[in-house]
Amino acid sequence: MPRVARHTLRDALSVALTVGAYGVAFGAAGVAAGFSVVQTCLFSLVTFTGASQFAAVGVVAAGGAGLSAVVAASLLSTRNALYSLQMAPELDVRGWRRVLAAHLTIDESTNVALAQAHLGRPAVRHGFWLTGAGVFIFWNLFTLLGALGAKSLGNPAAWGLDAAVPAAFLGLLWPRLKDRRVRVIAGSAAIFALVMTPVLPSGTPIIATVVVAIVAGWRT
Amino acid sequence: MNPALTWSVLGATSALCYAIKLVGYFIPARWLANDRLQRINSLIPVVLLSALVVAQALAVKTHVVLDHRLAGLATAFAALIARAPFPVVVVSAALTSALVYRLH
Repeated sequence: MPRVARHTLRDALSVALTVGAYGVAFGAAGVAAGFSVVQTCLFSLVTFTGASQFAAVGVVAAGGAGLSAVVAASLLSTRNALYSLQMAPELDVRGWRRVLAAHLTIDESTNVALAQAHLGRPAVRHGFWLTGAGVFIFWNLFTLLGALGAKSLGNPAAWGLDAAVPAAFLGLLWPRLKDRRVRVIAGSAAIFALVMTPVLPSGTPIIATVVVAIVAGWRT
Repeated sequence: MNPALTWSVLGATSALCYAIKLVGYFIPARWLANDRLQRINSLIPVVLLSALVVAQALAVKTHVVLDHRLAGLATAFAALIARAPFPVVVVSAALTSALVYRLH
């Protein structure tokens, strides 16, 4: 196996540490939503795709049905299928390596991997595995810390944990809002969700905004 | 919180999210090569995250409620405009919201 380029290692580690630290927010959100510390940690270990985890506990916290929570989380993770499609020819994995590669296929591992393309295929593979494994370790470690911290604090509202969750969603959304067209679509989705809140059962206005994505994405 | 609900949400979310990740390693690339599908898919995180912000900050079940959480969200917004890093955004939102909650 070729040596890991310093550039690749630096990219992977810095992404793993920064993103992993968001795990504190998820750990706190899970416990504030009514999940146990063990369940919250299992989300990070087994689901392991940040935005979907936040969505699942967020819908439950909002009083939505279990099905709404699962559908919202799954819809948010459909982009991972496109990532795995991009990574499949680069990694060319079989057997247990493929099972593991799929689990580590997330925004960060794919993006760091593809950013190494100019250094050649070995660097792409190093980028994927190092970032995937690094995010996995730190994301889970920080989830545990956040969950234990939230548990020891008690009433989530008294510590602002109920506002930390929408703030985290806004933070995840923010980098996508550089484009004016995307800002209009995001604003439309927010208004749509707000108008639908008193009309639809709780949790479902979130899923219903997929209509906005379909309308906006139908034409170029 | 009802354990049957929390465990089933955890189990089903984990199974579906893993299955979705696995898809691309097994199907031919051309199946998802449709431009329209890719455009809509790239917009899904945008609309869902926007709706989640609204649901978490402005809704209680099926009611629109303006409370301490909105103060927290406004702080997060200001922090993002000031290019604050993610942990600062979340913590400043939580502190503002907690302050408003306790003053009421």
